[in-house]
Amino acid sequence: MNIIVCVKQIQDPEIPAIKFRLDAEGKKVVPPEGIPPVINPYDEQAVELAIRIKEQHGGQITILAIGDDSTSSVVKHALAMGADKGILLKDPAFEGSDSFGTAYILSRAIQKIEEFDLVLCGRQAADWDEGLVGSILAENLGLPLITLVESVDLIEGRWHVKRVILDGYQVFAVPPPAVLTVSHELGPPRLPSGWGIITASKKEIPVWNAKFVEADTTQTGADASWKKLDSLSIPQRKRKCEKIEGEKPETAASLLAEKLRRAGVL
Amino acid sequence: MKGILIFGELKDGQVTSVTLELIATGKKLSRTLDQPLELVLIGENLEKAAERIANFGVDRVLKVQGQAHAELHPERLVSILNQVCEKTDPKIILFGQTDMGRDVAPRLAAKLEASVCADCVYLAYNQEKKELIQAKPVYGGNALAQWNTADDRPHVVTMRPRSEKPAEPEPSKKGNIQSIPIEIDEGQIRSQLRETVHERDKGINLDEAKIIVAGGGGVGGSEGFGLIQELADALGAAVGTTRVPSDENWMPKSLEIGQTGHMVSPNLYIAVGISGAPQHLAGCSNSKTIVAINKDPEAPIFDMADFGIVGDYREVLPALIEKLKRLRE
Repeated sequence: MNIIVCVKQIQDPEIPAIKFRLDAEGKKVVPPEGIPPVINPYDEQAVELAIRIKEQHGGQITILAIGDDSTSSVVKHALAMGADKGILLKDPAFEGSDSFGTAYILSRAIQKIEEFDLVLCGRQAADWDEGLVGSILAENLGLPLITLVESVDLIEGRWHVKRVILDGYQVFAVPPPAVLTVSHELGPPRLPSGWGIITASKKEIPVWNAKFVEADTTQTGADASWKKLDSLSIPQRKRKCEKIEGEKPETAASLLAEKLRRAGVL
Repeated sequence: MKGILIFGELKDGQVTSVTLELIATGKKLSRTLDQPLELVLIGENLEKAAERIANFGVDRVLKVQGQAHAELHPERLVSILNQVCEKTDPKIILFGQTDMGRDVAPRLAAKLEASVCADCVYLAYNQEKKELIQAKPVYGGNALAQWNTADDRPHVVTMRPRSEKPAEPEPSKKGNIQSIPIEIDEGQIRSQLRETVHERDKGINLDEAKIIVAGGGGVGGSEGFGLIQELADALGAAVGTTRVPSDENWMPKSLEIGQTGHMVSPNLYIAVGISGAPQHLAGCSNSKTIVAINKDPEAPIFDMADFGIVGDYREVLPALIEKLKRLRE
């Protein structure tokens, strides 16, 4: 089984809200000091799924990431987890691409990789939270797509894929090759082993540019985006909290019940 | 390109609340643009739902009937909607950010070469600049982004549930109901839907509940949810969770509230042992009254609450349950 996993480097989504800073004028998020960027957690789970499939069926896992040299750290992370090969898609013309541009670049790179059975992406990136790239990528590649994937089985040559819905799940069967977007219900990804980190550090990460993947650069970069970012702001949605105190928890609880009754919400 | 097309959704034959919210948004756009508002229903036995929707100020309800169409099958829906759009050529296509909407919308956008904005909480049209204005929470709800999109192509937008009040009926203005026959080339559908399982939990449906008691990581384990359930029973409330109890399998995943779960807006939301991560607040911040019970006085949830008790829920909840029972008598 040859599996391609698309990963993105993002600002650590676990930073506390009080450390979150914006450059409103520049319409940018200010990276928090001393907290390095991470692999998008949903993409990390896509890597985990790839490794689980490889453990069962063998094959090779190739990681694709768009970015600059610093992005190779998330590629290395995926390699340390157990992926075989990493490729960095880097070109000035790729910078600032939106979901369509990103999906286009990835589809050009994937067309360079001849044989594959699955393309995996995270369900969304935990920075812009759009959840569009995997779907558009599947359309670009003309491949079947299942989103919000929790688990995968290979049965008689077809992928049986469990898709999460709000109040349960669905099971789809698709022939390979297919595109899957992975949801957090898959479970926690493995930590890289010491040996994994050592082997990953020795691996070369080839860089593919626009010319190499034969990408039409009028379709990439910030200028190609139809949506223009107008503003970025921190929503002010604080409420005035009335803290209810009592000598004992019982007193506070009792007061709360009275207040809720008076507020007419019971 | 003309008009607004809504992808209407039914659940057990009933029009969903998200669909009514989309109608409210669609009506505003329709007035600004002075263009018709249409809604497409896909499935079987659509007559009743179509009649109902025609009373909400929609100009035309399009029915795409078929037994196979009733499946919750994204690839099939993309194919149907692509054909509907070829016939009606809409300018703006609205979806809810739902199980189907979030999957179908980007694929349809790619097919139509339409712009796409997912999980919007605000949508408007600037008539002067001829731009669509779309706002959505980003960075897990830490920030709000607003985009303007020029008008030279169709727009696909998914709206976050509960970001708009549901439309009110307008019985004086009855919309047209029309069937459109759509043939699907079955050979083109590559994914086969083998089953859809709705794991209905006992008790009250989260999306409809007037009162919700939700527990987070601070509850500490599945046993603690016994107390949460007891409080919910005393209030006639539904039980919900944050991501931690769901990921740790303390509680069914289908009870998760937040960015990757249910979006709720009850009259009363009681948050127990919930710290208040933006990703969770995204799902409950539209609640009318929020109560926070948490040991940590610095927990961000208190900034979002109307009433708060700093304390151990194991001590607070039994007393609260007791008091509520007495009040009820």
